[in-house]
Amino acid sequence: MNIMKLRPVFLVISSILLGIFLFSIIKWQFKPSIDFTGGTLWELNIPDYSKEKIDQVFSKNNLELKSVNSTGTNQYLLKFSDITPDKKNELIKSIKESFPKYSELKFETLGATLGKELFQKTLAAIILSSIFLFLFIGRRFRDLSFGVGAILAMLHDTFILIGSFSLFGHFFGAELDALFVTALLTTLSSSVHDTVVTFDRIRELRRHSFQKDWVSLANQAVTETLVRSINNSMTIVFMLLALVLLGGSTTRWFATALLVGVICGTYSSTAVAIPLVLFFKKHSKKK
Amino acid sequence: MVLICILINFPKQLPLKIHLGKINWEHTLYRPELNLGKFTLNKNVDLKYGLDLAGGSSLLFDIDTSKIPSGGLSNALESLKSNIERRINLFGVSETSVQINKQQDKYRLQIDLPGVENINDAIKLIGTTAQLNFYGVIDDTLFAQATSSAEFQKSIKDTGLNGSHLIQSSVQINSNNSQPEVSLDFNEEGTKLFAQATKEYLNKRITILLDNQVLTAPTVNSIITEGKASISGSFDSKSAKELAVQLNAGALPLPISIIQQSQVGATLGQDSLNKGILAGLVGLALVALFMIANYGKVGLIADVGLVIYALITLTLYRLIPVTLTFPGIVGFILSIGMAVDSNILIFERLKEETRLGKDWNMALETAFGRAWDSIKDANTCTIITGFILFNPFNWSFLSTSGMIRGFAVTLILGIFVGIFTGVFVTRNLLRVFAREKLSVKSKN
Repeated sequence: MNIMKLRPVFLVISSILLGIFLFSIIKWQFKPSIDFTGGTLWELNIPDYSKEKIDQVFSKNNLELKSVNSTGTNQYLLKFSDITPDKKNELIKSIKESFPKYSELKFETLGATLGKELFQKTLAAIILSSIFLFLFIGRRFRDLSFGVGAILAMLHDTFILIGSFSLFGHFFGAELDALFVTALLTTLSSSVHDTVVTFDRIRELRRHSFQKDWVSLANQAVTETLVRSINNSMTIVFMLLALVLLGGSTTRWFATALLVGVICGTYSSTAVAIPLVLFFKKHSKKK
Repeated sequence: MVLICILINFPKQLPLKIHLGKINWEHTLYRPELNLGKFTLNKNVDLKYGLDLAGGSSLLFDIDTSKIPSGGLSNALESLKSNIERRINLFGVSETSVQINKQQDKYRLQIDLPGVENINDAIKLIGTTAQLNFYGVIDDTLFAQATSSAEFQKSIKDTGLNGSHLIQSSVQINSNNSQPEVSLDFNEEGTKLFAQATKEYLNKRITILLDNQVLTAPTVNSIITEGKASISGSFDSKSAKELAVQLNAGALPLPISIIQQSQVGATLGQDSLNKGILAGLVGLALVALFMIANYGKVGLIADVGLVIYALITLTLYRLIPVTLTFPGIVGFILSIGMAVDSNILIFERLKEETRLGKDWNMALETAFGRAWDSIKDANTCTIITGFILFNPFNWSFLSTSGMIRGFAVTLILGIFVGIFTGVFVTRNLLRVFAREKLSVKSKN
């Protein structure tokens, strides 16, 4: 199999993807969840629901209702600013008046400072794990081309995942929350892990045959690891797909983020990391 | 070889029995008490569910430490914690958790109340600081007939004794008339003040005000110097308990204010749990089919390994115990997908080695040896990230959120168990398989 022949195709695919997501990030930005901004999530079961009445309840309490989403039969998720326990009592009272048959499923409120704090913490986690992964890659691959290749592939995946959530956010209302960051970190590690396995094979092959040039070495390595790489991703994809489709709404986007990350990681180890290494090798030879 | 097989049979039977014990709880109740030589297993092996699955309330308070001199801080925090725990206990909730976290220079109080669905009751109980004050009655007639608060204030005089002098308040039954009464224990300063007050108002009345409402106004019969008092009156056991709770609430050493509250109804939790289990089973079935379709008989062995993997992991959840949250279930499901990875790495190697013409046994050993390096590398990254997410040292610049931790802990556990089953268990199963294959051949 001469997969490396497809390098221009990979370049085009990656460029288009990155372009779309860059556009989406600039145009639509993100929808941060209350984890980061502070606010209230209130999920209710209301059999005799009407949007007008809900609006009335909120305007009566001087609260601005930011959004209402249906999360199932008679289930509605209301979003608004953070409230005190006393305010919630008032709100419950007026909800009861308008919807006597309501029942409460979930309630969460947090202040804006706490959201900011969580944002800083998740940022710290991203930076810390990136440093560790850099160290790991550096130790594993003394060869600069491999190291830079793996890191760029990792950044490529990160960007695609973040970008895709800007797109999902605009079209399907996906939000960036603490779990998204968790998925992002998991993606970082799985991206590196896939790349490491493929790189390992190139190095192993090189030890056995010095005469071969980098391109055919890469081809052989990819051919040998591709099945493993795809099969492995398939098993994880099955698991996550089951979660996205059958799991509850709480973690749907979390599972989606992991899914995007896994698919991306598999793609990038073959289609981004290795072509980059080949590019660097070719470049350094010319010098 | 046989010995190794027996060895791997042990971990197999252990989870199997416990698992069965859980499913058919009634007639296998004795089963969890396994005897493995000297090691007896009689721990409570029920799975623990997080608030998002079991339903309940979670509250986060800011602790105002500005008024406490830095020397007395740790003491004040400690008594705050025990105070709140006592209040919650009186509320009658089991398996609660009260934690104080330090976030940079701020202190936070995290309270989890499984099963409590009325969050406002909980907040009221924990957060409102009832003001308890002791006043001497100086004008008895005016005290009884006061029509305005100004008049009322004139009839009483502050003794300086208040809720902050209270160490503990509890319900006890008066041995003379078997009526419930509320006992008060004062601290050192409170004891002095109480002695002073009872001396000053001997044979007069002292009134106890809670949030400026008269609770009771007993007549002082003797000077009390040991710092203990009890309020008796027309209490039934419920109202006595409520008062004791409220009085304890009056004795918080540090003011707290709520900054986050979340609450999940039990039905929603159960629903998420069911959906998670369904997704897990469907995913597992798909992966199992995929492995058989791709690798045939060897794939079937990997599936057996996978089932063993799932059982071991579930057993560990019970034994450690791991509190299972919904993100935790995602972590578990993800780790199943990853656990197969080791098997796939090995099987692909196996294919290659047999293609090179090596005999099956040889190929098996080389495949395991070679794949081991890749497996190690591949999992290192995930473990690094897992540890950062789990934040085992409670570093204040990283998150300690239960959701993220729940995910990290199941992921890390899953990876370690995955390596164990993928490499150790499957390998031995394959060896047995290979031997049978050989013996069949030799018979022919």
